[in-house]
Amino acid sequence: MSIEELIALVPLLIVASISVILMLIVSFVRHHRLVSVLTIAGFVAAGVMVYQTFGAPAVQITPLIILDDYSRFFIVLSCFASVPAVLLAYDYLRRSEDLKEEYYMLLSLAVLGAVVLAASNHFASFFIGIELLSVSLFAMVGYLVHGDHKRLSTLEASIKYMILSGVSSAFLLFGVALLYLNFGVLAFDGIYAKVEAGAISGYGFMGIAMLLIGIGFKLSWVPFHMWTPDVYEGAPVPVTAFLATISKVIVFAIGLRFLVQSGALGFSSVVIVLGIIGVLSMLAGNVLALLQSNLKRLLAYSSIAHLGYLVVALVAAGAASEAHRALAMEAVGYYLVAYVVTTWVAFGALSALSQPEQGVEAETLSDYRGLFWTRPWLAAIFSIALLSLAGIPLTAGFIAKFYVFASGVSQMLWCMLAAIILGSAIGLYYYLKIIMEMCKSSEGNEGLHQVQIPFENKIILLVMAGLVLYLGVYPEPLVQSLSAAVAVLL
Amino acid sequence: MLLAWIIILLFLGGVVAGFAEKISTSAPRWVTLVVLIFAGALTWLLLCAPPVESAVVGGQDSWLAVLQLEWFPRFGISFLLAADGISVVLIALTVFLGFVALFSAWDEIKTRCGFFYFNFLWTLAGVVGIFAALDLFLFFVFWEVMLIPMFLIIVIWGHEDRYYAALKFFIYTQASSLLLLLSMLALVFVNWQQTGSLSFSWFDLLGTKTEGTMGMLMMLGFFVAFLVKLPGFPVHNWLPDAHTQAPTPGSVILAGILLKTGAYGLLRFIIPLFPEAAFAFTPYALILAVVSVLYAAKMAFAQNDMKRLIAYSSISHMGFVTLGIFSWNALALQGTLLQMVAHGLSSAGLFAMAGAIQHRLHTRALDQMGGMWSQAPRMAAVGLFFAVAALGLPGLGNFVGEFLVLLGSFQVHPIAAVFAALGMVAAPVYALYLLQRSFFGTHSEKFASHNELLVDFNARELCMMGMLVVGLLVMGFFPRLITVFSNDALLNLQALGWGA
Repeated sequence: MSIEELIALVPLLIVASISVILMLIVSFVRHHRLVSVLTIAGFVAAGVMVYQTFGAPAVQITPLIILDDYSRFFIVLSCFASVPAVLLAYDYLRRSEDLKEEYYMLLSLAVLGAVVLAASNHFASFFIGIELLSVSLFAMVGYLVHGDHKRLSTLEASIKYMILSGVSSAFLLFGVALLYLNFGVLAFDGIYAKVEAGAISGYGFMGIAMLLIGIGFKLSWVPFHMWTPDVYEGAPVPVTAFLATISKVIVFAIGLRFLVQSGALGFSSVVIVLGIIGVLSMLAGNVLALLQSNLKRLLAYSSIAHLGYLVVALVAAGAASEAHRALAMEAVGYYLVAYVVTTWVAFGALSALSQPEQGVEAETLSDYRGLFWTRPWLAAIFSIALLSLAGIPLTAGFIAKFYVFASGVSQMLWCMLAAIILGSAIGLYYYLKIIMEMCKSSEGNEGLHQVQIPFENKIILLVMAGLVLYLGVYPEPLVQSLSAAVAVLL
Repeated sequence: MLLAWIIILLFLGGVVAGFAEKISTSAPRWVTLVVLIFAGALTWLLLCAPPVESAVVGGQDSWLAVLQLEWFPRFGISFLLAADGISVVLIALTVFLGFVALFSAWDEIKTRCGFFYFNFLWTLAGVVGIFAALDLFLFFVFWEVMLIPMFLIIVIWGHEDRYYAALKFFIYTQASSLLLLLSMLALVFVNWQQTGSLSFSWFDLLGTKTEGTMGMLMMLGFFVAFLVKLPGFPVHNWLPDAHTQAPTPGSVILAGILLKTGAYGLLRFIIPLFPEAAFAFTPYALILAVVSVLYAAKMAFAQNDMKRLIAYSSISHMGFVTLGIFSWNALALQGTLLQMVAHGLSSAGLFAMAGAIQHRLHTRALDQMGGMWSQAPRMAAVGLFFAVAALGLPGLGNFVGEFLVLLGSFQVHPIAAVFAALGMVAAPVYALYLLQRSFFGTHSEKFASHNELLVDFNARELCMMGMLVVGLLVMGFFPRLITVFSNDALLNLQALGWGA
């Protein structure tokens, strides 16, 4: 390994070292604030370092890790988008009686998994990353299971997530094995060379199918979505938010990289399977969300639908023309960023009214009745998030949906576009229902709405809501860096 | 720049009005009044502006204001505002009806005033934006942005069934506008293939060749979105609910201005952008127009709720707009624009009237009214005026509009014109029926016990109605005052279609 490669690897090493350093600190002194500040510092340092090298030539470090602009983009995204996870968890844990410090080790391990995943173009690092991410998440989901206010649903969620995640990893691994059986290589571009040479056989297709199933579990595509609402509901808000944002976004990013780099999108069978999954996710996600009165479950189903919308851009990324391919990949990138930012606002708003010291989370629809009159700013910010999820202009969600539409239109994926329109129309109903609930009279909810919103939570809400509006009004800067990022995959 | 200032003024004014509630509950409405006065002054300047010469408008000489700023170059999207005579007339109508709606809100809106006037001004800003945006993406942004404040107005200050009505309104418009977005993108991509550059500018897209099935589908996407907003049969279903449940100022804005955005869209986008497809579609559009006119008139007659009756009459009148636009000749287009303005004034008057009655009697049910003429003669006289305006009495604005539309369409589509003319027979039936049941006849039992509630119009209400009355009279006798602004623009627009 040359010195350049080592320097390029430093951000990953920083993230990796956070958990080790935290473990050492905790064995001497338990100091919640110190631990959380160190975690944030590590994420920010890694994020800034990678950001600084954006635009530099790609560095391949061993066959496993690649640092090109695409992986840099998603490393920066996962590092910075993890900061609110720390802030939210800091506030949440401070108010509960559990042991607090170990949570941050798990979190930094999960982020390490995300970073490795973002920087992988080889199945070995792909699998290592995805396992690091999921195994840490099992523990995070069930982290608050003891204490005075036990929530049995947390335990249920943790076990459910563990079992299904294990199953999906098994699928992934089997898929990788089949691909290796067919091609004899594990690197994505190596597979591309074999696919180009026409070496793909039934094993290869089986492998891709198994791989899609594994990814589908992580992304909660229909029909692999069963775990999502229960885990969202059972996990504490900070964990749910992390699960909903980073883990899905990074898996999607690596999925796109694999499908594009290996040339798998060139096969109509893959495209058809993806298309069906996408349409099912959009429709089932939105229809099931209609029935929910628990906001965490509602957001879970809505995330299923959003991941379904993203499939349109994913399918379009198999376009023949380079310009259209770039457009589709930018669409994916933009959608993922918009989705992360918006989801943080939504979960920030959910946690603002929660009182973990009493084991209570404000998660039912009626908890928000009259919020506009008791807490106008919180209600306005929550509404921004909901409108962004619904894809209304001047929010990031609109530009994202616009991008997905554009990529779909460029490839004439009319059926999928029709499904988006239908899904969005259904989706509007439940997003608006929340806004309407907030507009009703606040009678009976004054006490609940009186809680002090912690400072960290306010920061998250303001910054993320600001970003939602900024990205919705002035998308060009992000688009510029995205087009640089996807250029390496063209 | 003038256009941008009007929009910015309304947006910022909305924010100021929202915060003004901290001073006193009456402060927001005064802020709104001041904002509207300034907006009116700016609109006046716009009306007086000489035509501009700019490379943006591509040699058309009827544009009074153009502003283009870079916005989202990745897709060739720019912040392009431009106004010709048509836009200017409609912007003026928006500001004018803004005053009327403000006066109708003056006493009716008592709770959460700051937030109300915030939403109120943002709706107006969105509508002005729609009339001024000539970049399709920007148009779409305004098209959607105006929905949310309107939705909130219905949800928060509306009547008994407001949640259902607001949801229906939002989902209808939003779902159809996604079709618009889809067609818009398809058009832009077709243009991209043909010219090699991405652009959302209306001027750039005019030259796109949009023949064949693809052109027809794109045209239909636009058409459905605008037809929902217009609204026309068979996608008119949201309107009676939304109108009925909205508070009076909300109904005034909805009927007076929001419906015109659909008409404007048909006029500005459908035929200039898709001449071939629109031409092939004309027979169907005409059928829908005629069905709208007659079916809605029949439905209006069957209503017991005063606001629902007026709402259906709006659908009927907007059918003439579709008819006029798809006739696409000079007379019909002039008539269409006049009809849009006249219907804006008369329906605003009728809704303000219905609101005033509901404010006093707490009912909109016609079978509980009757005999109001003796107690509130001023109110009844004004009601009579708007009813006869709506039925198309010569000398008032609506007559000019409908007459020109029929005259123009008879030259090209005589059969459709003949059937639509039956609408002018149906209109007196429901309009006079409305009058008969509310102002004439004897008191109903319920109403007799609430006799003291019926107070005649006060000075503010007379002033508000007076503005509309004068407007309709002026339009009826001197339609030239409007056509002088719009003539060149309509001729230029007509040249982009098929009939030139």
